[in-house]
Amino acid sequence: MRYMLLMYSRETPEGPTPDEVDALIRDHSALLTDAKRKGVLLAVEGLRPTVTATTVRMQDGKALVLDGPFAETKEQLAGYYILECRDLDEAVEWAKRMPTACKGSSGCVEIRPVGELPVAPETL
Amino acid sequence: MTGGSDSDADGYRAAAELVLREEAPRIVSALIRKSGSFDLAEDALQEAFSSAFVHWPKSGLPRNPGAWIMAVAERKLIDVARRKRTQNHTIEALTYESAQTTDQSRDEIESTEEYPDDRLRLIFTCCHPALNLEARIALTLRTLGRLTTTEIARAFLLPEATLAQRIVRAKTKIREARIPYEVPAHDALPERLESVLAVIYLIFNESYSATIGETLVRSDLAAEAIRLGRTLRELLAGEPEVLGLLALMLLHDSRRDGRVNSRGELVPLEEQDRLRWHQAQIDEGMRTLDAAITHRRPGPYQLQAAIAATHARATTADATDWAEIAALYGQLVRLLPTPVVALNHAVALAMAEGFEEGLDRVDRLGAFGALDGYRLYHASRADLLRRLGRREEARSAYERALALTTNRVEEAYLRKRVASLG
Repeated sequence: MRYMLLMYSRETPEGPTPDEVDALIRDHSALLTDAKRKGVLLAVEGLRPTVTATTVRMQDGKALVLDGPFAETKEQLAGYYILECRDLDEAVEWAKRMPTACKGSSGCVEIRPVGELPVAPETL
Repeated sequence: MTGGSDSDADGYRAAAELVLREEAPRIVSALIRKSGSFDLAEDALQEAFSSAFVHWPKSGLPRNPGAWIMAVAERKLIDVARRKRTQNHTIEALTYESAQTTDQSRDEIESTEEYPDDRLRLIFTCCHPALNLEARIALTLRTLGRLTTTEIARAFLLPEATLAQRIVRAKTKIREARIPYEVPAHDALPERLESVLAVIYLIFNESYSATIGETLVRSDLAAEAIRLGRTLRELLAGEPEVLGLLALMLLHDSRRDGRVNSRGELVPLEEQDRLRWHQAQIDEGMRTLDAAITHRRPGPYQLQAAIAATHARATTADATDWAEIAALYGQLVRLLPTPVVALNHAVALAMAEGFEEGLDRVDRLGAFGALDGYRLYHASRADLLRRLGRREEARSAYERALALTTNRVEEAYLRKRVASLG
């Protein structure tokens, strides 16, 4: 089953320090390499900070274009992985290894099973 | 013969119901593994019971009713799978196949004396941390216990629809998020077992001290929790905390008849008629605790059971070994450093070493503020103040406790205390 692992991290106005960036790159690379080697990695992306976010909200049939993320929360969506896992427990094990959720740094990973598209992607 | 057929049918119905209550968790756990679905398993089981009600009065009670039910339910599962596969085929083909399966299963029914036991998988799945706590409790009681949805709802003072919906949601999450149906691997076991034990203990506590309501002891839930504890002991006898939890529940529950008097009033431990404690249950609790201790891996449940055992050993309240209890709480505080455990430690020390110092200790704990909304903090303070003869302060502390309690039996007890202080 495909699971999307959404990583939420605490954002600071000044952004991560160069050391923190180095550590993040190193940890994600290690995780990526391992996920690729085990054949479970389907997709991975990191997102620019939420100052760059735009939300399009539908209200009474009209589209409102708004500055900022979907919700102002302490932790913001920072990136995602899509992994092919046997079950939820395997997805949880990967989530525990994500730099945002482990090693004392703050953040969390939301795990969502990916639904099947009603139309096969190749026909789109 | 014809004259007795009605009562025979009743007899078979009673036998079938007994099997349903006693063996349903084991059968359903195996059916879930085979079908990969809680709903399919439950439907198949239900259909198998309907068959039993029809067949047993005609052909007699099978040698192993559980195995009979299992085999018939399994056949129903095969039928469902086949129906799905052959939806486009002719009805004749389907009938032929079903008839064949029936003959096959009948042979199996004669020979099968044992059927697989997957209850351990079922327990771990029902208590999976990815389910919310209420859902874990409802699902565990529904699939592994012997209460109906109506009975569980009544015990938790919930509308039946609310409880049913919790169970449906939990099953949906298990299916859609693919929560595995297996016993966790060795390295994950301690963490996952903790959740299982917590669920069982919460069910027990809900019965022991109802949060809201008229009666203090809701014995259905206590009996169910103990039953679940026994099941877990049967399946995981090598885990000392499993034994510790069972011992703790047995020892606490042995006091149930002493805890409330004939007028339905709460009787504190000190004033309980110890002859009303259930000695056989105390003995079983003690034996279970002894078995746990031989593993030499102490844990919170074993320590709490040891505390309950110390109370059980005292033939009178005055004979209570408070020094031992205080020492056990001292160990428990190190494993579970919560304000409530610290409070109990302080109270035990007060009983062992003196009320004055004890009250100081309790007040120092209270100074952190975490216990201010906890009724038993104020009740414990009140109790120590009363023993010290500080009536006014005792009374206002009882009143603080009174304002925080939601249980009518406890409320009546606290009112009586306030009244006795004039």
